[in-house]
Amino acid sequence: MTSQPTPAEQTPAATGRAQWPLWEVFVRARRGLSHTHAGSLHAPDAVVALRNARDVYTRRQEGVSIWVVPAAAITASSPDEKDAFFEPAADKVYRHPTFYVVPEGVAHL
Amino acid sequence: MYGSDFEDPETVGQPGASALLDEVESAERDLHEAAARTVATGGSTGPGADAALQDYFDAVIAADQKIEPRDWMPGAYRKGLIRQIAQHAHSEIIGMQPEGNWITRAPSLKRKAILLAKVQDEAGHGLYLYAAAETLGSSRDELVELLITGRQKYSSIFNYPTLNWADVGAIGWLVDGAAIVNQVPLCRCSYGPYARAMIRICKEESFHQRQGFEILYTLARGTAAQRQMAQDAVDRWWYPSLAMFGPPDSDSTHSEQSMAWKIKRFSNDDLRQRFVDMCAQQASVLGLSIPDPDLRWNEERGAWDYRQPDYAELFRVIKGDGPCNRQRLRHRRQAHEDGAWVRDAGSAYAAKQAARRAGKRATEQVAAA
Ligand SMILES: [Fe+2]
Ligand SMILES: [Fe+2]
Repeated sequence: MTSQPTPAEQTPAATGRAQWPLWEVFVRARRGLSHTHAGSLHAPDAVVALRNARDVYTRRQEGVSIWVVPAAAITASSPDEKDAFFEPAADKVYRHPTFYVVPEGVAHL
Repeated sequence: MYGSDFEDPETVGQPGASALLDEVESAERDLHEAAARTVATGGSTGPGADAALQDYFDAVIAADQKIEPRDWMPGAYRKGLIRQIAQHAHSEIIGMQPEGNWITRAPSLKRKAILLAKVQDEAGHGLYLYAAAETLGSSRDELVELLITGRQKYSSIFNYPTLNWADVGAIGWLVDGAAIVNQVPLCRCSYGPYARAMIRICKEESFHQRQGFEILYTLARGTAAQRQMAQDAVDRWWYPSLAMFGPPDSDSTHSEQSMAWKIKRFSNDDLRQRFVDMCAQQASVLGLSIPDPDLRWNEERGAWDYRQPDYAELFRVIKGDGPCNRQRLRHRRQAHEDGAWVRDAGSAYAAKQAARRAGKRATEQVAAA
């Protein structure tokens, strides 16, 4: 699905050497925060992926914990970022506290 | 904002750099704010409705929101971005060579540690950018191949040699300085992964520029010979750095579409002017001169007048005829080939471990049955 026409027969990839799989990297910046997607990288296995993630994404103490996940193992919600998939939440305003009218004089609600 | 603020040189370490860093932070803030807004139009789009997809894409761009990897996008947007991001990544990777040349000969352990960290950052920048290009559907192997076969370019600045230690200072101050001026607006680029990579990169770049400035500042206050060395390096790197902004607007290709898609935000000449203004002021703090006899403050324009770089030379170097083109590419190709056994060993080890795990599971199942 690439847009660059590459004469595959000229590349070493065509000699049967497979590219290392892609891993997605998630970093917890500090205690109390959740892991956040930082980027991705290639590595042959999880142990190397973790080491590479440390060197690529946390050279300045950006994290206290790293997760690496094989990109192929991620199931995504939809082909794009806006989709009918999220529509069920759109008409359920009663899930937010602001939906409710609180009578005068009620404390701690 | 650039160069027009003339504070006491002694109190100003490096003006411009902090203003640029503020811009990175404001780009990051805007990214979050724009994300919080909902896109105005483009409501119901059924799959396959091409016009509706285009409308939605346009609306996202108009709202200053980000296009994300799995969104629909025009083919030319995808293709242009892959090319731009890949060439940017190649530049970071090739850019390690001129400075890498001085790591073993840095004048002190401190300078060596700093230079190592800087060059390692450039490797990191290349990797963030390759990863961003891959989200558009190209593969890493393919991009590496395009670089080492010379079918895709990298910034022509890295085809100039680093003759002595002062060149490391001049690269940090001028080359990283020009890179920052070029890259800060890219923090607002409409493609999400590229914009996020650029925010990360720009934050790291300001250390690069400062360490270069500090090397020159130190040399300029050293012996007469050291001072001369610093001036010589600035003399050689000034015009190639100005050329980093590309050809003048009058003959710059595919700029307009790039502006409309909010990939590019300022013209080559605007960015070059911004850089000249920044450097003119900083050079006076360094006590070094910029090798341009025409450089003078223009009250009317509120900017520095300067002499344009030799664009014929720029195109010669881009076409492959710079002082180090062949050496840079040969070195990268060699490094890639020399690393093949590491890639193979990594794959073989991973396959062996996977086979062992599978074997162990099978034995356990047999035992359990
Ligand atoms: Fe960089
Ligand atoms: Fe840099």
